[in-house]
Amino acid sequence: MTIDEHSSTRVTDWATDFDHTDPTWAANPYPIWDELRSTCPVAHSERYGGVWLPTRHQEIAEIAYDTDLFSSQSILVNNTRPLTPAPMGIAPPISSDPPFHQGARRLLLPAFTPHAVSLIEPFTRAYCEKLVEELRGQETVDAAQAYSQHIPVRVIAEMLGFPHKDADDFRRFVTHVIEHVDAPEEERFEGFMELFNYLETQINDHIEHPRDDLTSYLLAADMNGEPLDPDHVIGTIALLLLAGIDTTWSAIGASIWHLADHPEDRARLVADPALIPTAIEEFLRAYAPVTMARLVKDDMEWNGCPMKKDDWVLLPFPSANRDPEMFDDADQVVIDREVNRHAAFGLGIHRCAGSHLARMELRVALEVWLAAFPEFSLADPDSVTWSGGQVRGPRSLPLNIG
Amino acid sequence: MNVHVDRDKCVGHGRCYALAPQVFQPDDIGNAEEIGDGTVPPELEAKARLAAANCPEMAVIITEDNITNEAGAAIA
Repeated sequence: MTIDEHSSTRVTDWATDFDHTDPTWAANPYPIWDELRSTCPVAHSERYGGVWLPTRHQEIAEIAYDTDLFSSQSILVNNTRPLTPAPMGIAPPISSDPPFHQGARRLLLPAFTPHAVSLIEPFTRAYCEKLVEELRGQETVDAAQAYSQHIPVRVIAEMLGFPHKDADDFRRFVTHVIEHVDAPEEERFEGFMELFNYLETQINDHIEHPRDDLTSYLLAADMNGEPLDPDHVIGTIALLLLAGIDTTWSAIGASIWHLADHPEDRARLVADPALIPTAIEEFLRAYAPVTMARLVKDDMEWNGCPMKKDDWVLLPFPSANRDPEMFDDADQVVIDREVNRHAAFGLGIHRCAGSHLARMELRVALEVWLAAFPEFSLADPDSVTWSGGQVRGPRSLPLNIG
Repeated sequence: MNVHVDRDKCVGHGRCYALAPQVFQPDDIGNAEEIGDGTVPPELEAKARLAAANCPEMAVIITEDNITNEAGAAIA
């Protein structure tokens, strides 16, 4: 999002009037969080009808764990409040609260275990190799647009059994639902309608022609012995389609960006690919893409903060991951960091259900990229752009690879 | 040394069984459990400690007997 397109006013005081979609946050949120952590560990803003922003690991964890006081019914801060009633929410289980949440999550998890994910690794690797083949021989490429953004889209399309040719549509859905949170209510509604109409077509096709994929798996699944409500099926498929796309794209892009800017780390991983899994955990800590949100269930005073029912609470896991109380050299990227209790995939019962898939995609994407292009650098550091809001990662990343 | 995964805290980040697959394993939904009765042979103690130190939920509990505790402290 450019400054001109930004509809609200720019932030001048991060402790009392922050906006997570402000271009300053998108460009570099770390100094903002560092400052708040030491001066105002739970900030507040009147925007979006009221938002709280904890920045220390301790409070972020406490809120993530407290599903009695904080609801997941909506997890994307925007100007409206959820229309879909609790406890299921619009996209179970991410939008569900206990006790409904547990069953909705349990039925999903067998499809995302490390073993289940390993079955799609050969497809992922072959696709990454196809992408780098297309880039070979070029001087300058945009690693965000020509590489990282395509990988999670193609992998989830394959897993869900959706046509690969619809990839551009998926990215448009992501932009509507996740990035354009500041859009007028009617525009957001239209974006959701387009997504759900598309999913209905795909689901009907799977009802007529069941096959061995995640969509047919969900259509046949039961929860506590009962078939799933059709709204549950479509909501979960919406989640699976959207949640893994810009998040994983961001993680891959941020990792490549770091390596482009740190030749010594790049050379070390090229020489010792066995270090990649450890380095990935550090990239996930230092550049965690995802900030989640909760809704305050009822008026209360929490840690001295006068919270009102339906106030938002942002959970910036990337800020928790930079908390010096939790991590030694929190602001340094140490690619062989051994002790790394990072919260990139969240904390508590809503731990990202696709975390093992994301890790596999990130590892394969880096392995293939580094093998193909052992030497690369930022073509123009000033032309790198980052998405803001709740999913942060490079959206333009021009690199010299020639 | 003995390890135990607190199943009330574990939510399936999978760091322990990725770092110490001889000591921990995933269950059918990817949550972790210790293998067998959780007894850790001396040669795997460092890996078990690393696994515990990487759990975002602090769900891995290590019980050291006195002798291994001293050895462990020396290694750490």
